[in-house]
Amino acid sequence: MAPQVPDSPPAPIASAVSSHSVEADALTRAQAGDHQAFAQLYSLHKRRIYSLCLRMVGNIAAAEDLTQEAFLQLHRKIATFRGDSAFSTWLHRLAVNVVLMHLRRKGLQVISLDEAMEPAAEERPGRNFGAPDLTLAGTIDRLALQRAIDNLPAGYRIIFVLHDIEGYEHNEIASMLDCSIGNSKSQLHKARLKLRDALRGFPRKEERR
Amino acid sequence: MTDDRKNLSCAAFQAQLPELIGSGENVASHPHFQSCELCRALLADLETIAEAARQLFPIVEPPDELWEQIESAIKNEDGRTDSGPTGQD
Ligand SMILES: [Zn+2]
Repeated sequence: MAPQVPDSPPAPIASAVSSHSVEADALTRAQAGDHQAFAQLYSLHKRRIYSLCLRMVGNIAAAEDLTQEAFLQLHRKIATFRGDSAFSTWLHRLAVNVVLMHLRRKGLQVISLDEAMEPAAEERPGRNFGAPDLTLAGTIDRLALQRAIDNLPAGYRIIFVLHDIEGYEHNEIASMLDCSIGNSKSQLHKARLKLRDALRGFPRKEERR
Repeated sequence: MTDDRKNLSCAAFQAQLPELIGSGENVASHPHFQSCELCRALLADLETIAEAARQLFPIVEPPDELWEQIESAIKNEDGRTDSGPTGQD
């Protein structure tokens, strides 16, 4: 049974003051091996970690497996958390690595986090993009967007999911991914550009198949 | 300087955008952006995509059974290391 914990709003972590102290307390106890406290941490973070996994892999069964793997790793490593960053940031970083490992195993866009964050050499967003009456406003449907997100290179996908779907700030993402804030901002821009191309139905020329 | 920035082609401006955005510059105050409807439409599109993502993909709840699976996986691991109680098996 999932323990019932007061719902933490899916708002940026910084705003949830009361859940902070709930979390700090549960964290200390979980680090000492308290299983109930670990269950409480799960309840506090399961939505965001599961959603992260789901949007990264686009598939419910895989998202459940990855969420399980992330929390198992959390269980193994929780005693090593030293509070150098926010716990949520640390946990997300761990989950991102679990997702990247999974993508690597599947042979999709083999990348380390470093590679994922490397500005790609192919980036030339200088192509003429057509008339302004072809704007996307009001025309984006869920399936098309999910498909476009699925086709993003993993590094872009992570940034887009963390920022535009999960609502993290660039400074939080930078510390989750070990990159600069500027890098996070410019990668997000490139990710959105690629999505726009995909949604408008013209694949970039460097795309395979 | 300002004139050069205004006379950029759209392609040149768009090629600079990732860096401009990464450097934290206020793109909306860039002379090319202010004078170019196409580039404003481009950035509006990108905001539309971000907004659509927020609306179409809310944070979701994992199924309750997932915790039960995690819990039993944890017990299995603990059982392997310290041969404590391992639940069903
Ligand atoms: Zn322009």
